[in-house]
Amino acid sequence: MNKDLQQPARITLDGVCVDFPVFNAATLSLKNRVLSSMTGGSINRAADGQVTVRGLEGIDLDLKPGDRLGLVGHNGSGKSTLLRVLSGIYYPTEGTADISGECVSLINISLGIDPEATGRENIRLRTAMMGLTPAETRARIDEIIEFSGLGDFIDMPFRTYSSGMQLRLAFAVSTAIQPQILVMDEWLSTGDEDFRVRAEQRMQSLVNNTDILVLASHSRPLIESVCNRVIWLEHGHIRMEGEVSEVLAAYFSAPTSTGTNG
Amino acid sequence: MTGAVRLAAAEGFEDIVAALRRGHVTLTLGWQDIATRYRRSRIGPFWLTINKGVLIAALSLVFGNLFQLDMPEFIPYLAIGLILWTYIAAALGEGCTAFIDSSGTILQVRMPLSTHVGLTIYRNLLILAHNLLIIPLVLLVFLRPVGWDALLAIPGLILLTINLLWIALVLAVVCARYRDVTEIVGNVLQVSFYLTPIIWTEALLRARVDIPVLDFNPFYHFLTIVRSPLLGMPTTLLNWVIPLVMAVIGWAFAIAFFGRYRRRVAYWL
Repeated sequence: MNKDLQQPARITLDGVCVDFPVFNAATLSLKNRVLSSMTGGSINRAADGQVTVRGLEGIDLDLKPGDRLGLVGHNGSGKSTLLRVLSGIYYPTEGTADISGECVSLINISLGIDPEATGRENIRLRTAMMGLTPAETRARIDEIIEFSGLGDFIDMPFRTYSSGMQLRLAFAVSTAIQPQILVMDEWLSTGDEDFRVRAEQRMQSLVNNTDILVLASHSRPLIESVCNRVIWLEHGHIRMEGEVSEVLAAYFSAPTSTGTNG
Repeated sequence: MTGAVRLAAAEGFEDIVAALRRGHVTLTLGWQDIATRYRRSRIGPFWLTINKGVLIAALSLVFGNLFQLDMPEFIPYLAIGLILWTYIAAALGEGCTAFIDSSGTILQVRMPLSTHVGLTIYRNLLILAHNLLIIPLVLLVFLRPVGWDALLAIPGLILLTINLLWIALVLAVVCARYRDVTEIVGNVLQVSFYLTPIIWTEALLRARVDIPVLDFNPFYHFLTIVRSPLLGMPTTLLNWVIPLVMAVIGWAFAIAFFGRYRRRVAYWL
């Protein structure tokens, strides 16, 4: 990544709405409609007959370096959608999203893994996807292998690894870059006791050194320990925003009216 | 109106420039695709070469005899035509699913979308490179003289690839939204195979039909600018002008079209 070109990270969302088009909506029954309007966003039919599901509505957000944003909300409240907007994957269908800064998402750390390829090849694949040049990868590859603790297994096909080893490799690669913006869905913890300790240290250092952190979680202690701001999403709206203790207290004491607390 | 087009074009252009700047991603992933496909095979991607060679031999026997053609003339013609057609058809067919097949990546990692189209074409270029080995072999077996003119096949191949890239880019966007188009493209490609002089020769058609029907087939021109130089056959000005004009107009359209819908693609997956 171009460290010399780096500007301070900044995320500005202004009136962001996200509408998902639904192309096979003919099958939508009334029952489904009622159910989904209770759980997720609302279903709309535009003038041209295009059915859309509103995933997010009227989200305003301004994140600057130092911000550690926690996202809470029931399943279907729009957390994942918002994470994708913040990662620059979904462009808002209304409103604007300005995101500056290198962003790494730790939502799916096994992404792009090729089971037939060796561990070393998988490291190259994954770092390429994360935006590293071959030279930058070469500079880091020894450290990644070292951290994964795979030793000689690094030149064996990924599919021969135990599930613990697979996770260790995926973790070691995904956390090899220090991003300016870090987007996470729940905390990453993995592996046996020894690895867990090192992984925890690495996660802490990533989180501490990133300019902006966005963490979606169902865990109260986690958000309390990591975040300094919280947003409570409900039906794609911001229901409440503010201090960690305040929002969490309201969120966790709210009656689960939708019955989808997960 | 023109402002909107200019804006779309700027956005499409920006994405493509970003993809080119991160060209190493395309190279790494494309190479890996091929490596994976043949990982546990002893001779690896050279199976492609062998398969193509066997197919060429069989088709030569059938159609060469059927049309009573001069084998030393026909077999190299068929071999080159078939190898190039495989490249064209696979590039466009896989171009249709370039975004659909990468949906896992597109929904997780922010990278220029045109990277996925570039990847498709690059992968097929690698396959073409393996198949190309057949061509010097065939030319040698039938003692076809190869002159300096054969070098014209290189700009021909580049021009062909430039055209495939924009067509694949447009198809990738359209097919992400309208999945049926993938089937239609498959059908068009299948029909075009028979409408294009590959298993039959241009001379056969010209002997029977007066009107220049072939000139309306872009695939004919795409093939001719690579195949004819290799065979020491002449190319016409039209053979070059049509792919050139297509490339210029096509790219202008593709950049604006892609830029217009680029932001929507993630929602269609």
